[in-house]
Amino acid sequence: MTIELRNLTKMVDGNTHIKATNLVLEAGHFNVLLGATGAGKTSLIKLMAGLDRPASGQIFMDGVDVTRLSTQKRNISLVHQFFVNYAHMSVFDNIASPLKVAGMAKSEIEGRVEEAADILQLRSMLHRRPGELSGGQQQRTALARAIAKESNAVFLDEPLANLDYKLREELRDQLPELFAGRGAVVVYATSEPEEALLLGGVTGLMDDGSVTQFGPTSEIYHHPQDIVSAQVFSNPPINVAKIEIKGSKASMDETISWQLSGDAASLSDGRYTVAIRPNHVLPFKKPGNLVDLTGRVQITELSGSESSAHFLVGQNSWVSLASGVHPYQVGEVHSFYMDPAHCFYFSPDGKRVAQGAMANG
Amino acid sequence: MAKITLSKLRHSYYPNPKGPEDFALRDIDLDWRDGGAYALLGPSGCGKSTLLNIISGLLMPTEGRILFDDKDVTAHSPVERNIAQVFQFPVIYDTMTVYDNLAFPLRNRQMDEVMVKSRVHEIAEMLEVDDMLSKRAAGLSPDNKQKISMGRGLVRKDVNVVMFDEPLTVIDPHLKWKLRSKLKELHQKVRATMIYVTHDQTEALTFADQVVVMQDGDIVQIGTPVELFERPTHTFVGHFIGSPGMNLLPCEIRGGGAYFNDARIALEGPLISGGRGKNQVGIRPEFVSFGKKGLEARVKKVADVGRHYVVEAIIGDTSINAIVEQDAPEQGEKVHLNFAQSHTRVYRDGWIATQLPEAGR
Repeated sequence: MTIELRNLTKMVDGNTHIKATNLVLEAGHFNVLLGATGAGKTSLIKLMAGLDRPASGQIFMDGVDVTRLSTQKRNISLVHQFFVNYAHMSVFDNIASPLKVAGMAKSEIEGRVEEAADILQLRSMLHRRPGELSGGQQQRTALARAIAKESNAVFLDEPLANLDYKLREELRDQLPELFAGRGAVVVYATSEPEEALLLGGVTGLMDDGSVTQFGPTSEIYHHPQDIVSAQVFSNPPINVAKIEIKGSKASMDETISWQLSGDAASLSDGRYTVAIRPNHVLPFKKPGNLVDLTGRVQITELSGSESSAHFLVGQNSWVSLASGVHPYQVGEVHSFYMDPAHCFYFSPDGKRVAQGAMANG
Repeated sequence: MAKITLSKLRHSYYPNPKGPEDFALRDIDLDWRDGGAYALLGPSGCGKSTLLNIISGLLMPTEGRILFDDKDVTAHSPVERNIAQVFQFPVIYDTMTVYDNLAFPLRNRQMDEVMVKSRVHEIAEMLEVDDMLSKRAAGLSPDNKQKISMGRGLVRKDVNVVMFDEPLTVIDPHLKWKLRSKLKELHQKVRATMIYVTHDQTEALTFADQVVVMQDGDIVQIGTPVELFERPTHTFVGHFIGSPGMNLLPCEIRGGGAYFNDARIALEGPLISGGRGKNQVGIRPEFVSFGKKGLEARVKKVADVGRHYVVEAIIGDTSINAIVEQDAPEQGEKVHLNFAQSHTRVYRDGWIATQLPEAGR
């Protein structure tokens, strides 16, 4: 199964919510939509699910134009952030409901419900009502319904957002296996970069109603094609600074400069933006031609295994994220080092024009 | 601000509790120093909200006492306890301006308007909302609304404690990070006693000087973020903190040594003698590495999480996660696992059963 979007747009009260979008989503891997709240993930899902009509453009499922088809006729499943189950029905009936609506034989319904319940470890709870279940079990019930239905497409709209942290981790680990080999196109919306990386597959980065970049998850993480994509796919936020390039030298704040290498060395003179993820700005020296960013520490965070510091260099606020414990004092002047080999360079219009030789992590 | 003492607290929601299973809180003894930043961390149903409600005076404990600066406040109402609370959802008056919202708790205490003005401006500046003081709260974004809620909690200098109950739940991840840093910065500035309740390990570890980890109504460990990460005293802490959590391998104890799959595992120090039970070797993924020699395993899955790789390796039917920054093996590859000895421990029925070498001397 594939879903193809051609020049799809959506308008609400004269405002563009989805700008002309072209995408091909396939079965066999997760299709992640990553972006902040309001970026357009849910809007796009609603269009694909047939819950909203586009202003223009078309949607194809396996080459068939379904733009005018109702949700029912598209044979899709939708799992929301909020647990949507029928409170008056048992877990069994909740999972079985779309199958009953489809007029399936009772024995087949039982078989499918039990199979889905087994996969999601709900077998012992089939007779209970959703109200008697924990949040994780309720969301598993919603997922079981999506699995039992054997739809053409499954839309998971931040399905783990309201679950406990650890539960989220466990379910996220199982999800790709749950849908593997089922032939459905799986679309997963999230606002967490790390979740996209863990789910793998392909990712579409979304910002302000547009898909800014689309491709294999790990590849687009390591090769953002523009500054917006780099920012959407970085948490903590990627460090961004204005630089001037002259000869094969970059300078920042007139006091900090470094020699450009790799394809960055051939950039023509002018103004650019440089970006580097916080895990490549470190409080200690590693081998390489490092750039010294000495600054005053403003905020520190220690998460047990990682230490982060926000510090000011000139007018620019920087973030460093290092594994291990680094005791910083707020207000102290501390040296940090960035390795230009991990830098991305963007032209004034935001397009990536070069990246350091090792900007792959 | 005050020192807070919880003495022999027990709480049951049943009128006549019998066994320990009837208690939502089992036996809580705690001392929180004046001006500290504390977190209560645990999954849904662990008792952390019950504990918070007991401290704030919304709930009368079945047994035990609460002391503020050594003064018994167990029978005091929430108002008498003089505390401030910030909830999951913003609590602000939509029809009022941001200024009036922040001024409200002060005016309630009949503070002089000149003083109100100076304090509101001080807090607004810290929260970086000074440019919206004259705006009506109704038009604010969710994160700004929650910022104002936090401001209302922090504006009074005379409260004994400020309590935060999952305050970032409704905030987008990329803004969560900013608000978290903001809160940390505010704590460093105002030095109020703060208690932060959450199920999110990142929030707890980055906010608190000391984290109280709870499970099933009991405190399982109290420690700094580093202590909880470096040396969990219970498998639950090992599992709950860290992503992925600590690896647990079934093991056998023979002649003072621990054996997994018939291979002797080098431990941090001597085993604590006595007691029978289920023995497990605990080692965090951060301390598992690959080498030429070591435990033979097969790689099941490799996830590129951006700043590192999470490698899942299998020995028999035991799954072991490793976190490496570079040179991750391929899926299906045969590898040799090495455990950092200083971070390898035995847990007996969940509790740590090895001693640090120093302690043995």
